[in-house]
Formats: sequence, structure tokens, C-alpha cells
Amino acid sequence: MSAHSPIRVKTLTIDGRECGAREDQTILEVARENNIFIPTLCNLPGLSNAGACRLCIVEVKGVNKLLPACVTHVSEGMEVTVNSERLAKFRRGILELVFAERNHVCSVCVTNGHCDLQSMALTLGMTHVHFPYRYPRLPVDASHERFVVDHNRCILCSRCVRVCDEIEGAHTWDIMSRGVECRVITDLAQPWGQSESCTGCGKCVQVCPTGALSEKGKSVAEMSKRRQFLPYLTLMREGRR
Amino acid sequence: MTIEELRKIAETERAAQKKFQHHVCVCIAAGCLSGGAEHVRDALNKEVAESGMRNEVLVKGVGCMGLCSAGPLVTVETAVETAVNTDVQMFASVTPEDAPEIIRSLDTGGATGGDLAAAGLHPCPTNVPFFERQKKIVLENSGKIDPERIEDYIAHDGYVALVTAITEMTPLEVIDRVKSSGLRGRGGAGYPTGLKWSTVAKTGEQQKYVICNADEGDPGAFMDRAVLESDPHRVLEGMAIAAYAVGAQQGFIYVRAEYPLAVKHLKTAIKQAERMGLLGNSISGTRFSFHIDIRLGAGAFVCGEETALIASIEGKRGTPRPRPPFPAESGLWECPTLINNVETFANVAPIVRHGAEWFARIGTEKSKGTKVFALAGRVQNTGLIEVPMGITLREIIYDIGGGVPDGKQYKAVQTGGPSGGCIPAEHLDSPVDYESLARIGSIMGSGGMIVMDETSCMVDVAKYFMEFCMSESCGKCIPCRAGTQQLHGILEKITAGEATPADVALLEELCELVRHTSLCGLGQSAPNPVVTTLKYFREEYDAHVTGDGCPAGTCGCGAGTRACRAETRLGAPGSQTSGEVTL
Amino acid sequence: MQTYVGAPQLPSDDKRWKIVEATARRHGREPHALIETLHTVQECFGYLDENALRFVASVLRVPLSRVYGAATFYHFFTLKPKGRHACVVCTGTACYIKGAPLLLKAIEQRYSIKPGETTPDGELSLLTARCLGSCGLAPAAVMDSAVLGKIAPQDILARIERGIHP
Repeated sequence: MSAHSPIRVKTLTIDGRECGAREDQTILEVARENNIFIPTLCNLPGLSNAGACRLCIVEVKGVNKLLPACVTHVSEGMEVTVNSERLAKFRRGILELVFAERNHVCSVCVTNGHCDLQSMALTLGMTHVHFPYRYPRLPVDASHERFVVDHNRCILCSRCVRVCDEIEGAHTWDIMSRGVECRVITDLAQPWGQSESCTGCGKCVQVCPTGALSEKGKSVAEMSKRRQFLPYLTLMREGRR
Repeated sequence: MTIEELRKIAETERAAQKKFQHHVCVCIAAGCLSGGAEHVRDALNKEVAESGMRNEVLVKGVGCMGLCSAGPLVTVETAVETAVNTDVQMFASVTPEDAPEIIRSLDTGGATGGDLAAAGLHPCPTNVPFFERQKKIVLENSGKIDPERIEDYIAHDGYVALVTAITEMTPLEVIDRVKSSGLRGRGGAGYPTGLKWSTVAKTGEQQKYVICNADEGDPGAFMDRAVLESDPHRVLEGMAIAAYAVGAQQGFIYVRAEYPLAVKHLKTAIKQAERMGLLGNSISGTRFSFHIDIRLGAGAFVCGEETALIASIEGKRGTPRPRPPFPAESGLWECPTLINNVETFANVAPIVRHGAEWFARIGTEKSKGTKVFALAGRVQNTGLIEVPMGITLREIIYDIGGGVPDGKQYKAVQTGGPSGGCIPAEHLDSPVDYESLARIGSIMGSGGMIVMDETSCMVDVAKYFMEFCMSESCGKCIPCRAGTQQLHGILEKITAGEATPADVALLEELCELVRHTSLCGLGQSAPNPVVTTLKYFREEYDAHVTGDGCPAGTCGCGAGTRACRAETRLGAPGSQTSGEVTL
Repeated sequence: MQTYVGAPQLPSDDKRWKIVEATARRHGREPHALIETLHTVQECFGYLDENALRFVASVLRVPLSRVYGAATFYHFFTLKPKGRHACVVCTGTACYIKGAPLLLKAIEQRYSIKPGETTPDGELSLLTARCLGSCGLAPAAVMDSAVLGKIAPQDILARIERGIHP
């Protein structure tokens, strides 16, 4: 924003609490500033928003559709509901769908105890899965000298794709095919180790919410993720602009 | 090009056509083409040449005549001496071998239907409800003009609206006219067209785009295809008027690569319009410039969703993004973008030409004008129809469609494709307009209308549409990607006779989840076919899960063949309950 | 990794690459021409192989993974060569209601291929179309370029046989 157009301030309520916000902020950003928890999986501050995981859906008075908080901008007098029986049920339903879609077995996972998906399930009180597990047969690619990709644990949040494109600038990752056939790929879907564009920076591994991307040599529950570089890089780049 | 020049071209063309006493029109749109219509046209041309009637008979290839099930269709129009009106005779199921008889019948003039039938032809009366109950605006030229000749379009008042709009009206006046006509988007959702236009117009002076959504993806719908194949200039003219109204300089038509004939006709039409100065720079000597490019779709239903369509034009995977911002504010390359579908644009020129009041007189209070439907399935007359809004489903299916054939019982009509619903007999008298169809759980949709009889199992139909949504889901958001897969799995279990009432309850719960939490319209509407069949045909679901089997006899072992069903019945009486449910 | 300076090298002397290059050039070699250029490749070569994907990526300056992502997103594109003959069965709603599943089943049983597959001898590919737009002719199919309307399972098998062994 240029100095000539001052940013206006909006007031809104989130779960009954009055909040002040800049007009260019999203509901999610304002909620975080006010220590109101909105669950997310695909969102990661410092990366663009996909609006894909749908966990951050909220109710806004006067709007008959549920809106994703990560991409919905605030407006004056907005009345936002984050916590309701209905929303809690939908969020658990979405998580159940994720757990049933691939092969998420926490007890044998490298990120057990450090996993965003696992902790989200605990936070939202997802005690069991109603839907039949699909048990797809998916490969594990350990061709890279330092990293491993296990498609069984991927939730297609596209964080790796975005960090590689937006922060590293390599765009090694993308998503192939569509629907349930979707998979994250490097270059022309070749083994990661043979990728020509990968710089081996490992940012994708660190932003991955689950054990889908991990460092080689880590055993069960040993893989925790370090993401402090992301706000740092974002801040430094803003300063240079 | 001025209005006078346009009139002159029209007069010259009309005079040239009038020289021929007989006009023989052969439908060469996709439906008839696949029945060999091109060979029919060639045979007719050859016959005319051989019988030395080249100066009396004009054989021309035209667009869709509507009654696709009776194709290839040929009409013969003879100017009756001293009279203004003409005599039209239509022939159905024409083969190249019929050409001599048809040409011979021209000489006899007053041949009756009986004479023609005796000569081995299939005369098709045009004074029947199929034709008489229709009201043609979008399809007014379809089946009459040669889609590959701009002169023929101009002779039928083509481009008058465009030239009038840009030389005599302000953009605001054009928008007002569209607004007060009451035209609503024909792509399915029914958003007021004039309102959409004025939102884009208000975005100020900058690069803007007009996109024609011709990515007709509903299985069982071919309205847009017929319009593009039969009367491509009408769509170009509508787009150009829209561009003038909103202030855009560049347009794109996003058309399915699976429609090669439509693409060919569009390419020809764009070239012709550019050559005549009706598209391109400084149209009609004004400051208004507008270019149109074609972009080919590549087989992704989700690209009918406007943000996905935009992503696709930008060369990306066709995944939608959350709205707002709406394309009207931030669309193609983040510029304000107007997106309307083919049929919406096809309505624009007549509205500008005849006025908003004329258009607003047709239809119901909230749904104005006409709607084109592709009528198909278990109905006597299948094909393309255009009806005034407010007509009842019964009139469409029984009067125009001629009812369900083979003495079978009507069961449901499906409108709106994978986003729509199945409407039972009790609602046959419901009028066809946006609100009424929404009230009974379906949608207007883009215009697919599939009639089903007692041989169709409604659970199987729901499964069919869910399979479609599952494989067309882009995979971006979890509820649509994983939810449609789970929904399909449950429906498969039900049709296989392995489900319990608990599965039906889970099905309903999952429908709610997918509908309310999906990112785009595809996911949000994917449960509709299940929800409506559950609402109106619950007993069929119950029969599948209580061991009574499939009432229509199509499910049971997943194969649907008679022999296979017999096997199931004879082989293992207990097999239906053998698959225990694990929850 | 190879660095590209100026116009990228054509993969071979094959004249068809020039047609592909022309499409890219017509769109200013901009990334947004990706799908149009892939259409041209498929039109020229019948399918998209690794060579072609690499060439398109370099000529339009689009990341390899994005090219692959787009090529596999759109079902019109195929990454494998098709058989010498292709039979496309319409699975639109009208055709489904009128027996398209029976057509598919008959072909699948006779030739042991599923939709999207090609027989091991490379003679026949079985494909499905979402809707041919010929609902008046349901159930419809296309054998090579001939449209077959209101066709029964036995007839379609006979027609395929005639196509493969004329």
C-alpha cells in the first residue's frame, strides 16, 4: 500500500469478541492476532494461500455459504463464528476423509509426535474414522541422497509446491493428474534423486505437515520440522523490496 | 462497416438466394453428420447438376434442425408463385440414395406426403407439437443458414445489433437494455446478465477481457455445440456487444477440443468477421476495437467453473480458486473479466435488435426468454429444443418429446447433469424456470434433459453421476477429492446389494459434508443427484439395502446383463447379504 | 543441467517440431501457451512423450513439473501412443441409460482391455468419451472416425473386427 491511500481499519466480531483489523487482512490473520484458534492444514504464514484443506471454514452472518478464513478478507461489522457444533462436525468429517484416503499410521511414522495432521486430529477430537479406509498402494521414493518422499502420508496440501516455487524459486514440485489420482511430483514425475531442477535445499521437507517428506536416516518419531526460516526469509525479502 | 453497407450485403445475398426456386437444406451439424449427412449433401448436389437444375435448386448445408433422432434431416423449401409464404417439406432419415427422389419431387410441386412415402422417402410433418410448441430465439437461424457464410447470417439481420449498438448507443444504454430484458446466465446458475456486465463495466479504464464459456461438459448436453456449429456469428456478435458494453478489447472462446466442427466453424466465422471489419480494430469506424481468440479445452469438466476456466486459459492446471474475488473484479491475468456461456451470448443480439420489452414478454416473471434443452434418453423424439421459460416438464416430455416409447412407464427426468437432480412424476407439472426447478431440488443447469423410464435404477443413476464427479474432481480440496470417492464407494456397495441401512445414513451425512465444505461448485453440487434420488426414490435405496434387490433389475451383480442377473438369482440366494458391513 | 540461451534446439530434424515451435511462437513463447502447444504436439505426434514435454517446457520457459502436471490433468492428452485403431464409447448420460455399459463390457471381455488401454499387439485402443453430443443416437460409439449410432454389443464387436482386419 502506498502512503497516499491510508489503510482503513475495520471492526468485526469473531465468536462474539470485538476485533480491530486492517482492511487488507484475512479473517485467519485477525483471529491469530487475537489468539483465537482456527484450524488449518494447507495454510502456512509466508506462503500463498490455497484455500484447499477447508478446515478453516467459518460462518459469517448474512452469508449462506461457509467461507475459508484463510482467504476471506475482513469487512466492517462482520460477524464471524469459528466454533459451532456444525463446524466442529464438518472439520472432523474432513479430517476423517484425509485419514481414510491414504495410509496414515502414526505409530510407525517418522513424524509421530511432530505431525500437523496428527495434532490436528487430537485438537479437533477426531476419535475414530467413520469411512472405510481406501488403502491405496502408493510408492515410497528414496532416490534422493538426503530426503525421502512417502506418498502414503501425503495429504496434497501443496505446501511443498508453493515453498519450492515461491521461496526457493525452483518449482521442482507440482501436482500431477487429478482427483484421487493426484500425486506430488518432481520434474517429469521422475525419481526425486534424478531431478534436474532440485537444489536440495530441503525447504519442502521442513514445511511438509506430515511424514510424507522427511530426511533420510530418521527413525520413527525422530523427524521434527524446522520452519523458522520461512518467516525470516519472508521478512528479509520484504525489506529488500 | 456502416449500417447501410450491412443492409446492402443483406439485400444482395437475399436477391442471390431468391433466384433459386427451391432451397434444399441439409443438416450437417454433428448429430446428422454422424448419420452420413455429408454424403447426402454431395448426392443432392450431384443430382441437381445431372438433372440440369443448377439455376433453380440451391443445395446448402445448414446447422441443427432439432429432431436429431430422425436424422439425417433435409428440408425442401419452394417459393410458391405469387405468394409470399413458402412451402416447407421436411424429410427424415435421408440416405444418399434418396437424392434422386427428392430432386424429382421438386418438379411435381404439389406432391402429397403419401406420394413421397410411396417413393421410399420419409416425409416428416412440421406441423406437429415437436416443432409448433417451440419458440426460437437462440436457434432462430439454426437449420436455416449456412454457418460457414457470413453473408447468410447478415441476410438474416446479422450484425445489425452490433453496428447499431456501437454507432448509436452508449455502453450504458446497452447494459440497461440487457438489464431490463431480464436475461439471466444460461450456464446454469442464472445470475442476472446485465448485473454482471455492469460490475465489469464499473471497474474503470484498464485491460479487460470477455470470455465465452463453451466448455460444455455435462454428459448428455449438446446445446452449445449446436449453437456454435449452426450459427457461430451469433455468438461472436453477442461477445462483441458485451465487449463494447463493458469496455474490453480482447475476447476468448474456451471451447472443447472434442468439438472439432464447432471449432472449425468458429475459426471461419472469426476470419470472415475480421475481413468485413466487424471484428478487429476500429469497428464501424469507431474507436471500439475487439479481437477474439479461440482456446481449446482439453477434457476437464471442472473447467466449466469460471476460475478453473481462467486458470486453463492461463495455461495451468484447471483448478478453481476461492471466490471472492470474482472474475468480474479479478479474472484473467488478474484483470476484470466477463464470463458468459454460449447461449447467454446468443441471446444478446436479438435483445439489442428487438428491445428489452420484447424479450421480457417471453417467459415467467423472474425467468425471461427461452431455454434450449438437449432432450434425450427414454423419450420418443430426442434432439435439440428451444422452449419459452415457464413451460411445464410434462409439455416438454409428452407434447414435444412425444412421451416414453415402447409402452414403458415414465420414472424421472434428470436436469442439470451431475450438478442437478432427478425429478419424479409428481412434479411433472412444475414450470421450467430457475426458481421452480430449484424448489424441487434440481437446477436449470446448462440444458441437459434426460428422461428415464422404469428400466433405470435411480441408485445406479446416482452412482453414474457420482462416478463422473469423482473422476472430474480436480483434487485440490479434500471434501470433493476424498468425499466423492467415499460417496461413490457407498453407492457401489448399495448397488452390489452389500449395504445396510447404516450405509444410507452415512451417505446422507457425507452429502451434507461435501455440499457445504467443498471449494467450488463442482464439489458443492456433486451430492445433488444423490440427494434428490434419496428424496424422491428412497424406496429404491431401501429395497437395495433390505435384501429385496434392485426394483428396476439393473443392479445386483454390477453387470446389469440379464444372464448375469439370472445367475445371481439362481446361484446364491444368500449372496446379497454375504458382504458384512464393517463400520 | 543444460542452460538454454536464445531459441531452444529442436529435439530432432523431424519437421513436426517446427509446427510445434510455430504454435509457441504465435503465442509469444509465453507460459500461458502451454495447453495450446501441448494440443499441437498431440495433433502432430499422436501423444506426448518425454522429449516433447521437455521441449515444450524449454521453449515456453515453464517448469518441467508444471508441464507434467498440466499434461496429466487434462484427459484429452495422452502420454502413451495409441493403438492403430481406436474405439471410443460414449458414456454420456443418454448413452448410459441406453446401454453404453454393455458395449464397454462386451469390448472389455473380447479384447481384455479396459478403457484407456491398448491391446498388447498395439491394434486397438479402447477409450471413453464423456459425451459425444450425439445423444439422439444413443448409445453411440466412434470406431476410428466412423460414428456408430444406436449400436448393439454384437454389432460393435463386428464393426471393430472389420476395422482391425479389413
